[in-house]
Amino acid sequence: MTAVLPATPVLPVLPVVPVLPATPATPAGAATHRPVSGSVHSWDLSTGVDGPGTRFVTFLAGCPLNCLYCHNPDTLKMRNGTRTSADAMVAEAAKYTTFIRAAGGGATISGGEPLLQAVFAGELFHRYKHELGLHTALDTSGYLGARATDALLRDVDLVLLDIKSWDRATYTEVTGRELRPTLDFARRLADLGKEVHVRFVLVPGLTDSAENIEGVASFAASLGNVSRVDVLPFHKLGEAKWEALGKDFTLRGTPSPTPDEVQAAKAVFAAHGLQAI
Amino acid sequence: MIRKVRAMTAAAAESRTNGTAWDGFKGGLWRDAIDVRDFIQQNYTPYEGDASFLAGATARTTAVWDKLLALFPEEIARGIYDVDVSTPSRIDAFGPGYIDESLDLIVGLQTDAPLKRAIMPNGGWRMVESSLKDYGYEPDARIKEIYTKLRKTHNAGTFDAYTPEIRACRSSGVITGLPDAYGRGRIIGDYRRVALYGVDRLIAEKEAEKARLGEEWATEPVIRDREEISEQIKALGELKTMAASYGHDISRPAATGREAIQWVYFAYLAAVKEQNGAAMSLGRTSTFVDIYLQRDIEAGVLTEQQAQEFIDDFVIKLRIVRFLRTEDFNQGFSGDPTWVTESIGGIGEDGRPLVTRSSFRYLQTLYNLGPAPEPNLTVFWSQRLPQGFKDFASKVAIDTSAIQFESDDLMRPKYGDDTAIACCVSPSATGKQMQFFGARVNVAKALLYAINGGRDEKTGQIVAEGFEPLTDEVLDYDTVARQYDALLDWLAKTYVHAMNVIHYMHDKYAYERIEMALHDYNPMRTMAFGAAGLSVAADSLSAIKHAKVRPVRDESGLAVDFEIEGDYPAYGNNDDRADQLAVQIVHDFMEKLRKYPTYRDAVHTQSILTITSNVVYGKKTGNTPDGRRAGEPFAPGANPMNGRDQHGYIASALSVAKLPYDDAEDGISLTNTVTPDALGRTPEERIANLSGVLDGYMASGGFHMNVNVLNKATLEDAMEHPENYPQLTIRVSGYAVNFVRLSREQQLDVINRTFHGSL
Repeated sequence: MTAVLPATPVLPVLPVVPVLPATPATPAGAATHRPVSGSVHSWDLSTGVDGPGTRFVTFLAGCPLNCLYCHNPDTLKMRNGTRTSADAMVAEAAKYTTFIRAAGGGATISGGEPLLQAVFAGELFHRYKHELGLHTALDTSGYLGARATDALLRDVDLVLLDIKSWDRATYTEVTGRELRPTLDFARRLADLGKEVHVRFVLVPGLTDSAENIEGVASFAASLGNVSRVDVLPFHKLGEAKWEALGKDFTLRGTPSPTPDEVQAAKAVFAAHGLQAI
Repeated sequence: MIRKVRAMTAAAAESRTNGTAWDGFKGGLWRDAIDVRDFIQQNYTPYEGDASFLAGATARTTAVWDKLLALFPEEIARGIYDVDVSTPSRIDAFGPGYIDESLDLIVGLQTDAPLKRAIMPNGGWRMVESSLKDYGYEPDARIKEIYTKLRKTHNAGTFDAYTPEIRACRSSGVITGLPDAYGRGRIIGDYRRVALYGVDRLIAEKEAEKARLGEEWATEPVIRDREEISEQIKALGELKTMAASYGHDISRPAATGREAIQWVYFAYLAAVKEQNGAAMSLGRTSTFVDIYLQRDIEAGVLTEQQAQEFIDDFVIKLRIVRFLRTEDFNQGFSGDPTWVTESIGGIGEDGRPLVTRSSFRYLQTLYNLGPAPEPNLTVFWSQRLPQGFKDFASKVAIDTSAIQFESDDLMRPKYGDDTAIACCVSPSATGKQMQFFGARVNVAKALLYAINGGRDEKTGQIVAEGFEPLTDEVLDYDTVARQYDALLDWLAKTYVHAMNVIHYMHDKYAYERIEMALHDYNPMRTMAFGAAGLSVAADSLSAIKHAKVRPVRDESGLAVDFEIEGDYPAYGNNDDRADQLAVQIVHDFMEKLRKYPTYRDAVHTQSILTITSNVVYGKKTGNTPDGRRAGEPFAPGANPMNGRDQHGYIASALSVAKLPYDDAEDGISLTNTVTPDALGRTPEERIANLSGVLDGYMASGGFHMNVNVLNKATLEDAMEHPENYPQLTIRVSGYAVNFVRLSREQQLDVINRTFHGSL
């Protein structure tokens, strides 16, 4: 009745980067192993929303943008994070490598804006990728793209690039910052041949004009390295967090887009030959 | 079309009378001895494709199901649809019954009409009487006289032999849900044997067993075995009579796919006609019947549509298995569950997947008939399952929230590849193993007993004798741990004692004749203990260890509340500081149970499972040192407490995966409720990601996962407008229920339970 069976082979659903021998030199610590730490808001395991598959997501604290619809306003300030060493984060992520290898997925660094702490983020990417053998994704607005060194980007398999608007005035209205650095970063990623998923949040009355969507779509299509566009319908699930922070959520009266409106926006991207989800 | 099918089947049956029923089947071992597993291994056709071959519901199937749908509202409103108060049920007590005689393809009902329940007083008269009264029926005076004066019941026997200590544990709720007033259930006959061998061959085998025992000296066990086998033989005779009343001669083996399903169903039906067991599970039948269906399809006498239609009709019958139960029973196990659990999929010991087209067809019934909690379809998951089957199972889970997943890779090495789940998470080798079911103890309440020196925190009464209360101002972890250890030892001893009494009496007064007739002689027996409140107990210990916990004592010195100063790591965050406390409780309690000998030398096992009784357990437990308020529901099964898991459902699941299966061989239940968004943005992505999550969980040592994919708003709307959601199904610890059949309290518990969304 009882049988001894050979160990079950692990068959990952998604391609997983093979485990490479640990590289002693890290971009941040170099050969000296200088301890690196950063301000971490939280970490989480998520499926299907922060890059492909199931992912260990590190949320770094602090963001230079101030988006009207931010659904994690509690991550805006760097001081709201907890000072955490890279060793501690890697040890936490290591608890999930068996799961993630079987499930398919990887590690994502999100925020906040990860590139606000580019040295720390670079260290984490390097170790997630080379020590843990995980597929890596950078979730960024691109505003601080210039801070991402080529070494950092070598350790990133996928960039989730949030292009919030094509219209410059709208971009500034939404974020309080300039659009240009994001576009520069997008072009640089294209030159490097780095895989990108573009994200675009559809906010009725703010980002949903035909010209605006068309602008983002034609730009994304011109890059050649965008394998997917996520059209994300605006939602108000973060409203309570704004209230908890004593801040005014100015989009309180803005509705979520209808399914038809979301469909129409996707069609614009699809018309440019992009895979819009 | 219907007439054509019938004519065809009759012709096929004729062409393969007794001698030709096995035509085309390979192998020899199973011919010489009763060995269904060998028959399956020699003859099944693994299917590694996708779901595209499946057929939808026929107009006939829909017409039959609609007839039942029309009856359900009245059943839900009144609690039961109908009951025969004057016919104690036996296998052949009722004449034939149909949903629609002209439409039924697979025939047979528990009584003579659909949804009409039967009384089964061998378990206990009190249960029958109070159930009838709960639903406004008067018991039959003559039947009452028989079962209170002339014929003793299981319930009466058990209470004759209980000790005052057991009674005290029972009424305080530190041990709850014992099968002393209802049928123990959880024994799965190998119903497939009737189809493969025919009843006459099975009777001959049992006669031979009895003859062998006739040569052994008449010790009490030998006498008992001889009496039991005689009862088994009588039950097999009644099974033939019952089938004959529907016009079927099952003394011979089944000759067609339709007959194989019908024979299996008759055998199962006999069991549910006679036993009101808490869980009356079906076994592992899909790949077995597939062999017959495949033979007919290859012979050109059966189409895919017809094969699906037979399975749909079989499943319709399984969906209307009903038992008469008390309101009190429903409190603990709500939604009228019967646990007609069917185990599907898995991998064979030779590495071939045990997935066939019929594995898909069984799951397809959830589309053809719409979602339903029964039969409790259970997918045996392995990373090695064919991707097509994985993805179809994930799709069904996402679309219906009606199926559960259990780790084939954990069960197969222990119980072999013909294992089936009884109830929710309890594995047993089909036809070779049975279990003595034993509900569960409340390990959270036990911790309060340890602190209060054996006094119950709600009544102030002493339940556990011989313990001193802890009088520290701030609870000291080592002191609490020592006293808890001693208290758990006392609890284990009392619990095993109670179980021995219960199962002695159940064998004596409510023996499962037909299920045991479909077992090998002297099967392996397990005694399935259980623990509830694990997460509350673990978090309480973590609070005592890592924060400062001050008991608030009343004037009699009873700790009735706790003040917690500081934070503590909670179970459910993949953090060993808390998780290892849960691991320790499971391990220690199992070790303690094993110290006390069991009735019939059963092997001790344990489950971490609550069904919906997490609500009742919570109600019966006072304030706990983790900060949970008195009366608040426990987390279901082995789940972490609602809201204390801070890093998403996977981190939470990996805490549960650490619980050692070797110390909980009767199963460890985890229920996950996620919104569709939390699995991905497109239907295809969600399917691939759920398959991945299941692979990841099982690879990490996880045993069981219920998956609900639902929006909170849907459940809230269903509470307000139940009429719009007649078939809305959700998984709770180990089984599924019709949401609208839950009490309001339980509906709220489900809604308030951690919903894992994406934000």
